[in-house]
Order: sequence, then C-alpha cells, then structure tokens
Amino acid sequence: MMGSENQSSEVSEPTEQMHNLVLHDEHDNDNNDHNGDDPLGIKSYTNYRSAMSTLSDTHHPLADTDPLLSPPSPRRHHFPDTSSYIDPPSYNDAVFSPFNGAASSVDSPSGSSDSPSFSGSRSPTSEYIKITVSNPIKEQENSNSIVPGGNSYVTYLITTRTNVPEFGGNEFGVRRRFRDVVTLSDRLAESYRGFFIPPRPDKSIVESQVMQKQEFVEQRRVALEKYLRRLAAHPVIGKSDEFRVFLQVQGKLPLPTTTDVASRMLDGAARLPKQLMGESVIGPQEVVQPAKGGRDFMRLFKELKQSMANDWGGSKPPVVEEDKEFLEKKERIQELEQQITNASTQAESLVKAQQDMGETMGELGLAFIKLTKFENEEAVMNTQRVRATDMKGLATAAVKASRFYRELNAQTVKHLDTLHEYLGLMLAVHGAFSDRSSALLTVQTLLSELSTLQSRAEKLEVASSRVFGGDKSRMRKLEELQDTIKVTEDAKNVAIREYERIKENNKSELERLDRERRTDFLNMLKGYVVSQVGYAEKIANVWTKVVEDTGGYVKEST
Amino acid sequence: MKMSTAPYDLEQQQQHQRSGVAASSQSPRSPSSSTPFLSVSVTDPVKLGNGVQAYISYRVITKTNFPEYQGPEKIVIRRYSDFVWLRDRLFEKYKGIFIPPLPEKSAVGVLKFHMFWFITAEKFRFSAEFIEMRRQALDLFVNRIASHHELQQSEDLRMFLQAEEETMERLRAQETGIFKKPSDLMQIFKDVQSKVSDVVLGKEKPVEESDPDYEKLKHYIFELENHLAEAQKHAYRLVKRHRELGQSLSDFGKAVKLLGASEGNSLGKAFSELGIKSEILSTKLQKEAHQILMNFEEPLKDYVRAVQSIKATIAERANSFRKQCQLAETVKLKEIDLKKMKGKGCIDLKSWQKLSANIMRQLKTESEQATKTFESIVRLMNEEIGRFQEQKTLDMGIAFHEFAKGQARLANDIAGAWRSLLPKLEACSAA
Repeated sequence: MMGSENQSSEVSEPTEQMHNLVLHDEHDNDNNDHNGDDPLGIKSYTNYRSAMSTLSDTHHPLADTDPLLSPPSPRRHHFPDTSSYIDPPSYNDAVFSPFNGAASSVDSPSGSSDSPSFSGSRSPTSEYIKITVSNPIKEQENSNSIVPGGNSYVTYLITTRTNVPEFGGNEFGVRRRFRDVVTLSDRLAESYRGFFIPPRPDKSIVESQVMQKQEFVEQRRVALEKYLRRLAAHPVIGKSDEFRVFLQVQGKLPLPTTTDVASRMLDGAARLPKQLMGESVIGPQEVVQPAKGGRDFMRLFKELKQSMANDWGGSKPPVVEEDKEFLEKKERIQELEQQITNASTQAESLVKAQQDMGETMGELGLAFIKLTKFENEEAVMNTQRVRATDMKGLATAAVKASRFYRELNAQTVKHLDTLHEYLGLMLAVHGAFSDRSSALLTVQTLLSELSTLQSRAEKLEVASSRVFGGDKSRMRKLEELQDTIKVTEDAKNVAIREYERIKENNKSELERLDRERRTDFLNMLKGYVVSQVGYAEKIANVWTKVVEDTGGYVKEST
Repeated sequence: MKMSTAPYDLEQQQQHQRSGVAASSQSPRSPSSSTPFLSVSVTDPVKLGNGVQAYISYRVITKTNFPEYQGPEKIVIRRYSDFVWLRDRLFEKYKGIFIPPLPEKSAVGVLKFHMFWFITAEKFRFSAEFIEMRRQALDLFVNRIASHHELQQSEDLRMFLQAEEETMERLRAQETGIFKKPSDLMQIFKDVQSKVSDVVLGKEKPVEESDPDYEKLKHYIFELENHLAEAQKHAYRLVKRHRELGQSLSDFGKAVKLLGASEGNSLGKAFSELGIKSEILSTKLQKEAHQILMNFEEPLKDYVRAVQSIKATIAERANSFRKQCQLAETVKLKEIDLKKMKGKGCIDLKSWQKLSANIMRQLKTESEQATKTFESIVRLMNEEIGRFQEQKTLDMGIAFHEFAKGQARLANDIAGAWRSLLPKLEACSAA
C-alpha cells in the first residue's frame, strides 16, 4: 500500500491539517465533477456501469446494490462518441468515480472481480447465473473411528442465483467441501471429453495447520468462486447435470466419489490374473473411458504397446490423425499460448512499474508537505511563505497524481487479467486435445487388436479345414474367437463413435474459443485503453494547475 | 578599482538554469560599453588523459568589459580541481558570504549511487548524462560568482577566468586544501553546536553566540537540509520510476505485437497498434525521465548543496566569534599580567611603559581586527540570507513549473496516444 496516507496520519497536528487541506481541496475538486450529494458515488456508479460495459458486471467494490436486482444488460459493444473523451466532465468522471473501494480492489483484484470473459452475462438471451462462495466454516468429520476428535475440514457456502430453467429454482445454497469440488471436476472430465473444461483449483499439499489458516482459506474461497463461475459460463457444462447437482442438492454430494490412484491400481491389479488366464476383452462399455488411471491394466498395456507401435513401428497405424485442419489449429493454439504467456508476464511487470510510480509520486508529495509545514513554521521572511505555498501546490498535485496512478493500476490489473484467464483456459485446451489423442489411441488399439484376432481366426479356419471330418477342438476355439471378434468389433465401433464425438467437441470448442477470445481480447484492449486515457487526462489536469500557479516565475519565452 | 556593480543578475541565472542540453556560450545581455558586464559560460566538456588519470576539461569563455580583464572575450581551459581552487579561495577571503556550491567531486562516488539500477551498457549513457549535469552545475557556479556584486570583484576570480593554463596549474598546486571535506565540515559544525562539554576531550568548551535569532537561523538551516535531502531523494527515485515504466511499457508493447502477429486479422491489427503506441510512449517516458533529472532533481540537489555551503559559513562565523572572544580574553589577561609584572618590580617603570604600550597596542589591534571580521561576517550573512531566500523561492518556482509542465505534457501525450487508438478498436469490434 502506498505510504503517504498511512504516514500522514502519524505526524502531528499541523501536518494533519495540511493533509486535510490537501484532501479537502481534492474533495472540492471532485465535487465539481460529480454530484456532490452522492457520497458513495452510486449515481456515478450506474453511469460508470453503462459507460464501461467492458468491465465485469458481477462485482463492483461499491456494490451494496445488487447488480442482479436489475439483471445486467447483455454485453454492449457500443462506445460513446470519441469526442466525449475530449469533454471531460460527463464522460471522464462518469467513468472514474472515486472509489474508496479502490483500496480493496487493489488488494484483491483478481478475487473480487470476474474476468469479463467468464461472467454469466455472455448469453444472447437474458439468462444469468451468479454464484457466490462464502462463509467458510470448520467442521468435524463424524468420527465412527476409534480416534477421538477425528478430522476437521472446511466447508463453504455456495449460493446460486439464476433464472436458467434447467435449475428449476431461482435461489439456493449448499455447503460443500473442497473434496466435493474435486469429485465434480473428475466427473466432468469423464463425461465431457473433448470440451475445454476450466481447470479446477489445485489441491494443496500442506499441513492441516496451514489448511485452517485464514489466508489459505480465503485464497481457496476466491479460487473456488472463480472456478464455479467459469463452469457456469461454459455453454454446455454450465447446464450439465453434474454441475446442477453440485450446486443444488442438499447434503452429501450425490456423485460417485473419486478414489485415489492407489486404490484404483489395487482394483486393477486384482483383475489382472483373471485377464491373464483368459482372453482379455475390452468391452464396449469400458471403451468410453481412457485407459490411463482406469482399473483395466490389460487395456493399459495394450494401448501402451499400440502407442509404441505408433511411435517406433514402421507400420502405419490404422487410424491417423489426418485432420489437417485440426493439426493446423493445434499449432496455432500452441503459438498463441506462447504469446499469451509472454504478454501476461510483461503485463505483470507493467503493473508493478505503474504501482511503483504511484508510490514514489506519493512519497515525493509527502516530502513536500513536510517541507511546506517546515517553511511555514520557521518563516521569518515573506518569501518563505510564498515558497511554502508553491510547495504545497506541488505536493497536492503529487499526492493526487499518486492516487490516480493507484486507481489506474487497479483498472489495469482487472483488464489485463484477461491474459491470465486465457492462460488458464489453455490448460483446458490441452486437456481436450489429450482426450482426443487418448480416444484415438483406443481406436487404434482396437483396430490392431481386431486385425490380430481376425488373422488368427483365418489361420484357425485354414488349419481346421485341412482336418478331414472336422476338428472339434479347433472348431470350438474358432467359435470362441469369433465371439471375441464380435465383442471387439462392437467395442471398436463404440470407440470410433466416441472418438468422432470428441472430435466434434474439439471443433465446436475451438470455434467458441476463437469467437470468445476475439470478443474478450477486444474488450480487454478497450478497457485498458479507456482507463489509460481517462486517468492520463485527470493527471494532466492536476499538473496543469501547478503550471498555471507557477507561471509567474517564467519570463516570456526565451 | 571599485566600480558600479551590475545588479544581481537573476534573469541570466534563470537562463543558465534552464539552458538544458545546449552547451553554447551565452551572449551578453547588454553589449553597450557603458554598462559593466561580466558574462561567463562553461562549455565543451572533453575527456583527457587515460585510465585512472583521466579527467574532464572544460572551456570557460569570458565576455566582459571590466577594465582589469582581457576583453572583450577570453577562452581558457579548466578542470574540476580549478573550480575547487576558486571556491576555496573565495571561501577564505569572503567570510560571511555564501559561496555558490560546487557539484560533487567524484564521478565514481555518484556512479556507485546509481549503480544499483544501471546495468553496464547503461553506464555509458549515464556518463554522458553525468558529464552534462556537471557542466551545467559548474556553469551555474561561475555565473553565480560573476553575478554577485562582491564576489565578482575577486582577484582570484579574475585569475581563474583569465590565467594561462600553466599559471593555473601552479596556483592549484600551491593550494593546501583549506576547504574541509564535507565530513570534516560536519565535524566542525557539530563542535560548534555541541552542548557537550569538551573538557573531557581536553579542549575548552566552545564559546557560542547568544543571539536568539541567529540560533533560530542555525536550527532552520540544519533542519532544512534534512527536508531537502529527502525531497531530492524521492525526486531521484521518480526519475528511476519513469525509466522503469518506460522499459516495461516497451517490453509489453513488443509482447503485444507478437501476440497480434499470431492472432492475425483485425484483432491482430488492434494488438499491433497497441504495441506500437506502447513503444512510442515508452520513448516519451524516457525523455521525461531525463527532463526530471535535469530540471527538477538537479535544482533540488543544488539547493541542498547551497544549504551545505551556508553551514560552512556558519562554521566560519563560529570560528570568528571564538577568535574574537579569545582575543578579548587575552587582552584582559595580558593587562593583568603586565600589572603584576609592574608590581613585582623586575623592570623599571619607563621600560615597562614602553613594553606595555607595544604589547597592548598590538593585542588591541588584533582584537579589534577580530571583532571587525566577526561583525562583518554577521552583517554580510544578514544580507546574504535575505538574498538567498529570495533566490531560492525563484529557483524552486521555476523548477516546480518545469516539472509540472513536463508531467502535464507527458500525461497529455499518453492520453492522446491512447485516445487515437480507440476508433480503431471500435472498428475492429464492428467488423
């Protein structure tokens, strides 16, 4: 936080007076610009919102007024006439009501605001959904165990307000713990392969002591809220059963829980001997899930073998990722990701530099306030008082400029945060692409499996036909083999359908990504540029006053 | 030969303060031969010598119609230590007058201060900047002397402005560094101020004036230095912040341009434009950083130096006061001594009278001299402090004006650059 305001409250009376004078001047100044009788700036807030349609509607530092009481208007990309920037009073100040909440928005810029791209008001209809995560409470696990006290964990209150019909309700709340979120995330990953599913917040491997620290809980609360809002913003996932159930169903979360990898491995290991004895068959119903992490070791082995054959073997795999369009897009996405990462890093540096500028400007102002006070106290000559007045002018301007830099920075953070959001989305894209490649691998495995089985069947047929009168044991084997082939054939078809489905999802998601990214980035640029313009104008005004006040010192231009 | 002096030349000083980067000689204000004028400029810094012995030499151009001077124009080559010589001589001769301050000696010292944020490649650019800053400060130094109605009559000034280089070198070598280093000066000043008895140190407790107004002045000067130093520190940091913001805006611009390249189509173009504007503004920020350094931070530093120079004069006054008291004391003691001598009768009356008269006359002359010197210092200081305060109000007024002008200009440039981007962004989203 900038030191000047904090520091000034520590010095003795006269400086406080000085500072109050400074603040008083500001207040007067701003009163000329805004409605004087509007202390919270609520009027200007509504002006602000209508003018700054790029900023998130869902959270504003001044929002005691619930934006959902009057549902947010659909995203408007209409900007006021350029010429209005030049006439500061109406536009300029509508945009920049002096939030006292600016401080809090600096503290939690990412937490309190939604990135514009992921708020619920994207839909063309007037559908909205707002999710809030709040009220963390420590709860005890029911200890049936011998150990008294048991585990404690934190639950969060998740409140939803919506008019989406699928929910069949307007307002509801549930308590969930982080483990439930992991469950939701896993179930979604299984059911929505190929989609760009927003990544969930990380599990944290920390001590239980740290787990309960307020800072950690608050961080997690913020992350959860962001996550759920992103899910809600997804056109498909936001309406999914899993999501709905998570948000609505009271009590225990009725989704199959995730078991950890170890126990899955155990299950898989238990099945292995059985598979080794008989023919292992990949049944169609299992094919819709990737092998990795599943319980089917045999399948895992086969697919591994297949992928190695793909990589090392000379034989061309039966199904090749031929979709050139897709491959091109994939490359583009990778390139894009790199550039977004780079831009995001530079954006962070930029924000830091802006912040430093504001701080140092404030410190300069404070130093001159002290000087002013000093000269006034010690003045024996009039010229000292004159100088003190000049210094006060400079100090006031510097303190005001410093405040504007801080406010601007809060805005910049909000806007450029879009870059960070898209980095998160890139993870989701990777996930969707890997869904596709593992589905492809399954198909390839089954195809080659099938061809192996078929050639074996052929050989058997040939061999048994040589034996006169029929070869009972071979015939039986052949029948079994043909059964297996049938099952494998079915599985193959299912796998292919699954793969095609995932491909479709990829495609539509890529289109959505391109569309939304374009909108979001343009809004980001606009928002960034508009706030830069507005605050630069304010800062210019502040210094112009000093130029005028000190004009007398400069003789006519040399 | 005394002559009517030119009034303390504020306007010329202003010009010099705001001479910016231009290193040309100033033309005299009124060339008419009836009005005496003395106009000096310090120009053309040139690095001479190699390695450790390298130094900067300056051209000092004097234009004058003062009779003792070789007119109308004379050019000499001087180096930093020559300026130091001049300052020391003036300090010695013109007690009570605030001698204009010199910029700090060591480039290395200043470099260290800068080092923590300048990378090696920057050092060269920094050197050029430092050299220019020093040149300006030296120019200001000489001009202030030349404009001061008493100092401008100094013989040492004339030597400095006119003597051949070899003569100057000789003079410089003779000088035994009367002027104490700032740290020594502080020590002297602290001795003067100190309330702690020096008996412990084997010294007599220093005698001090009991003038309450003067006490107030001393306190004011002391405190003022602290406040100014702090303001100057933040001004310096502000320069750094401008450079840093410029740098990160430039980096951001580059990154955004690359992003635009991979996006393509109208969005890509929008990014591209943003990147271009960022780079333009980055340059403006760097320029403004330089302006702040020259026109705001440097005047503040100059102010600090001036206050330090006043502290040197205060120390000198204390010395003079002490000397005066000591001599007065000595006179009294000697009288008693002589009376005792008479009483003891080891010398005849006539001889004693002659001896006594000689001794007392000599002592009284010295004592009177010391008193005169002290009183002169007091009188001069009173005049000087008034002039100093007026001058500083003017100097700061100009500095604030320039600073505010620069900030306003920068902010307007920023607003303008971004504003010009908005219709393009609008067009992109319409497309």
